[in-house]
Amino acid sequence: MHTILIILTAAIVTLLIRALPFIIFSRHTPDSILYLGKVLPYAIIPMLVVYCLKSVSVLKAPYGIPELIALIVVVCIHKWKHSTLLSILLGTMTYMFLIQTVF
Amino acid sequence: MNKKTIIYSIKSALPVMTGYIVLSIGFGLLLQDKGYGWGWAVLMSTGIYAGSMQFVTINLLSTGASIITTAIMTLMVNIRHLFYGITMLEEYSEAGWRKPYLIFSLTDETYSLICSPDLPDDINRKDYFFIVSLVNQLSWIIGSIIGSVLGNIIPFDTTGIDFAMTALFVIILVEQLEKSKQHLPAFTGFIISIFCLLLFGPNQFLIPSMILITIALFIEKKSLERSDL
Repeated sequence: MHTILIILTAAIVTLLIRALPFIIFSRHTPDSILYLGKVLPYAIIPMLVVYCLKSVSVLKAPYGIPELIALIVVVCIHKWKHSTLLSILLGTMTYMFLIQTVF
Repeated sequence: MNKKTIIYSIKSALPVMTGYIVLSIGFGLLLQDKGYGWGWAVLMSTGIYAGSMQFVTINLLSTGASIITTAIMTLMVNIRHLFYGITMLEEYSEAGWRKPYLIFSLTDETYSLICSPDLPDDINRKDYFFIVSLVNQLSWIIGSIIGSVLGNIIPFDTTGIDFAMTALFVIILVEQLEKSKQHLPAFTGFIISIFCLLLFGPNQFLIPSMILITIALFIEKKSLERSDL
């Protein structure tokens, strides 16, 4: 029973966060919020990148080197071929190889 | 829903679908490890549907956390999703019957696919949003089932496979930078996140980052509105 309640709580709170902007601005959206909606994607994606890499330490071995190399691979492959799937695949394989066998 | 839109949407969603299957296999595996079978995996992936929060929930379950703790944890882990709704306010308000599901299924990765799409003219935007959201969640559910049923027989070391999602966000970033001439918002988001990460540490930096990014974007409003994004 407690398990169900925990899952239900996580589900409801998550849904509330996702729905909140739509509830608050259901009738009228102020111009400032519309502006925010337009620029946010460009500011949030870098934040998500930092979020993904938040636990990487540049002070302790391996100093974030595997992440750096894999990111360079992703960016270069993507600049070259512009195929999302290919860039993710090669980048991830590079990263897995580096942390499993090299570092 | 026309065939072209369906094919185009699934093609665009493919990287996330692949990543989701892999990540949710990990989720199902971990959940199974703690003694919860595939039924629980389906329940959580259908009902909660938030990647990192589901991993946190496994911890909460196995440590016997209280409802209040769960609510606060969920708030802290998922508060970033507030921004996604703000971005999609206009687009989703015209989505009709799709709207409730679109809002429910607004994860990081789905957001990254739909927040700045360059869609061909013959693609129905609302259907694109809906199909991308739906196939992403279906992949997530299928992966969690695979993980909890077959996870233990996966024959290779999967350490580091979660880098796929980092790679996805970096690719979206590269494409945004290529498409837009105005790099101030990206620069703002990046610098503030790094600054807050250094100041508050990995577990606490997200909320101060969101507040500071919002303030900074308002300060930059005049100059950003003058230029094309």
